[in-house]
Amino acid sequence: MRRTHPLVTAMAFVTMGFLYLPLLAVALFSVNDTRYGLIWKGFTLDWYVKLFHNEYILEAAWNTLILAVVSTIIATILGTLLAIGLDRFPWGKKTDTVLDVILHIPVVIPDIILAAALVVAFGLLRLLSGIFEPGLVNMIIGHITFQIAFVTLVVRSRLASLGRDMEEAARDLFASTPYILRRVTIPLLLPGIVAGAMLAFTLSLDDFVISFFTAGPDSVTLPLYIYAAVRRGVSPQIHALSTLVILITVVLIIGMERFTRR
Amino acid sequence: MTKLLIWYGELTTRRNLTRRGLGYLSPGMLWLLWFLILPGFVLVLVSFISRGSYGQLEWNFTIENYKRLLGFSLFGWSADYLRIILRSVIVAVVTCGICVLLAYPLAFFICGRPARNRYFWLTLVIVPFWTNMVIRTYAWLLILDPDFPLARLAALLKLIPDGSALYPSALAVYLGMVSMFLPFVVLPLYSSVERLDWSLVEAAQDLYASRWRVFSQAILPQTLPGLSVGVILTFVPTMGMFVVPDLLAGAKYMLVGNLIQQQFGQSRDWPFGAAISMGLMVLTLISLQLYRRRSKEVDIL
Amino acid sequence: MTGVDLESGSDPHQESGEAAHSPNISRADLDLHNIDKRFGEVHAVADVSLNIPAGEFFTLLGPSGCGKTTLLRIIAGLEVADRGEVVLGGDKITSLPANRRQVNTVFQSYALFPHLSIFENVAFGLRSRKTPQAEVRSRVDRRLEMLGLQTMANRYPHELSGGQQQRVALARALVNEPQVLLLDEPMSALDAKLRAQIQVELRRLQRKLGMTFILVTHDQDEALVVSDRIAVMRRGTIVQSGSPKDVYETPHTRFVAEFLGAANLIAGGYQDGCLETELGRFRLAQPVSWQEGTVAIRPERIRLSSKPAGENSFKAQIQEVIYRGTNVDLSLEPGQLRVRTGAEETFEPGKSIWLELPPEALVVLND
Repeated sequence: MRRTHPLVTAMAFVTMGFLYLPLLAVALFSVNDTRYGLIWKGFTLDWYVKLFHNEYILEAAWNTLILAVVSTIIATILGTLLAIGLDRFPWGKKTDTVLDVILHIPVVIPDIILAAALVVAFGLLRLLSGIFEPGLVNMIIGHITFQIAFVTLVVRSRLASLGRDMEEAARDLFASTPYILRRVTIPLLLPGIVAGAMLAFTLSLDDFVISFFTAGPDSVTLPLYIYAAVRRGVSPQIHALSTLVILITVVLIIGMERFTRR
Repeated sequence: MTKLLIWYGELTTRRNLTRRGLGYLSPGMLWLLWFLILPGFVLVLVSFISRGSYGQLEWNFTIENYKRLLGFSLFGWSADYLRIILRSVIVAVVTCGICVLLAYPLAFFICGRPARNRYFWLTLVIVPFWTNMVIRTYAWLLILDPDFPLARLAALLKLIPDGSALYPSALAVYLGMVSMFLPFVVLPLYSSVERLDWSLVEAAQDLYASRWRVFSQAILPQTLPGLSVGVILTFVPTMGMFVVPDLLAGAKYMLVGNLIQQQFGQSRDWPFGAAISMGLMVLTLISLQLYRRRSKEVDIL
Repeated sequence: MTGVDLESGSDPHQESGEAAHSPNISRADLDLHNIDKRFGEVHAVADVSLNIPAGEFFTLLGPSGCGKTTLLRIIAGLEVADRGEVVLGGDKITSLPANRRQVNTVFQSYALFPHLSIFENVAFGLRSRKTPQAEVRSRVDRRLEMLGLQTMANRYPHELSGGQQQRVALARALVNEPQVLLLDEPMSALDAKLRAQIQVELRRLQRKLGMTFILVTHDQDEALVVSDRIAVMRRGTIVQSGSPKDVYETPHTRFVAEFLGAANLIAGGYQDGCLETELGRFRLAQPVSWQEGTVAIRPERIRLSSKPAGENSFKAQIQEVIYRGTNVDLSLEPGQLRVRTGAEETFEPGKSIWLELPPEALVVLND
């Protein structure tokens, strides 16, 4: 490969720096020993400690976790079934295209349109039942809706790479359809399913827009908490919280990438 | 007699397969139908009705909302909304442009690394992409803070009054947007650059082409697929982004996203919000079609 | 084009004394009656009928796209024929699904299950039929040992070499004691040397087991080495079948002559037991039914000498000499002839030489 021009390298590093500047700034000021202002006053982990005593934050963290776990489980199941249904059955080309487009909508659509549609839908569903008041249920439903698309895409690409050989060989070896599903297809699919689940989990943890539009007063999540707090004014505690959130996300992402590369 | 066929080694009938296939598809598809498709249609519907005085929905057909969007209201024609739309387009264009300018060197740099290291660099680019957008955005409030070097420098240059921050401002919005959407452009572009046929570039250089011509004739066309995917993934979402302008520019610098958020928030004007969303939706659908056509040549995840 | 219909032609099999060691293999003949299959526009298998007696090593030989793999998959149950019947040991298995046929396949890609150990891979067919654990253990161990894989039982497919993976695929199929073993170009992924070695091993294995093997390949050397009988296929039909010697030495058509090795084709008119050609008049040893046609002669059957040598000889000039170690290939004009001969003599391009075409070596072709 040709040697990279030094100017290109310089620009690349500047760009990388630009990308990481916000994250580093937050991390830096989360350990600054001062309540206001940005002058460096010494290293401290006080703010992190204070986090764990803040009831609101703990409650938001709990909500975030519940939301992510529940929605991930349901979305993974629905998404995996959907992926198998799409890939392993002979639908006509037209049907395939339609289903494919529907699946891509949550991925390409700006979050806010999806959120708007959900707000309106829940507003009407509220007339039928009280469950659809803004709150955790709405948020879970909203999250699942966009998570399904991502899980399906990931699982489906794994399915496609499996090909027919395995299943034909299993048939040749006297296996019945349920047996093949249990002993061949699902085990081979497992890495893809786990990757999809991890992706869905991360998306849920980090979601802001959908949560913002569907949340109720009792169902604040960490991103929402941070948003509300920042509008009031930044504080080191928020920096500490944000840094933690960043670290958790990084760990999840690296874990997920490791898994998909197996 | 129903025709037997073999599918993945199984001897069965088409009807059987269809039935079983529907079994797999139904849970997911029904969910998407109920919580994605139908709400979508309801949204379209709502964009054509009007709003009562307390914010409730009044079910009579009207195209008032769309007319309002274009500026026609009870109080005569005003360009307010059009201004917002125009501003959003400009922001989208500029953001895309800057992202592209920054993405090319980065993509080339990564491709210049030995193959086994590339993965590390890509992960490095991906990590900020996955971080919460609220955090990434509010962090700029720190960077643009009056006590921080950047603002100090601007004050020294007399660009801003002494002691004030670099926000709220258009600059802050652009900084936030670019840092938000840069990975969306880098990843697909990298995909294209990786597949670059360098022999064409060398041929162009061999034929005494100037640097610029080498780029525009040999490199640009080949990277067009990745570039288009990157632009498509960035352009419309930029217009719909409301967090960045909200945190970094306040109420004065509204984009389409903020406008929509306002209707579903304090203004409680769902029909109008729906109409604006529809406008954005049309742009999205066009994007989606282009994406499906182009993305066949580019893998992202 | 109607297929060639065979009803037990040559002597079916040489009884292998060791077949008695495998009492579980039942002797069952495989019959195909008028098998026909189309894929859209493509007529993959055109009205093929075959009889393969139990214990025979039968090969389907042909270029890619000739339908041999499709035919094999129809026997395996992985494709459904549009028309025709598949009969195994007198029972019609045409409408039996693949997982109920006493037929097992070795796939071209081996299709080993990457998430299962070698032991579990081989045991798969037994486990799907809920065979008791003790029996699974003993049968799998026995097969692994027979194929030299005992030490690999706990390894995984990706840890094995290509040759070893192939043996696992074999073991996995054989452990189920099928009545017929199908092999779909099993050696295409191996290098030449390994291939030659495994071809011989495969032959020995088949003889020892006394099981019917059906091999699909496009490699004619392979077909000649392993088979009891070869069926040459082209465009969905069987153009000729017979023992390797028959098919090689007496091809019926130009296609068969050229597919199974090199052949010199000489066209001409027939008159009074001789072929009148541009190269001269050649006496033929076989009866001829046509007036204008082609005969073939293998490069190694053409005799060379420095002086005229009796009937069917003529003078030619050497164009090219290709030294191949064990023998030398000469290309000569006129006639675009190729001759293969021993490497003891040295030949020079440009020199003239006398060729003799022995009448017994001139094969009369039907087209």
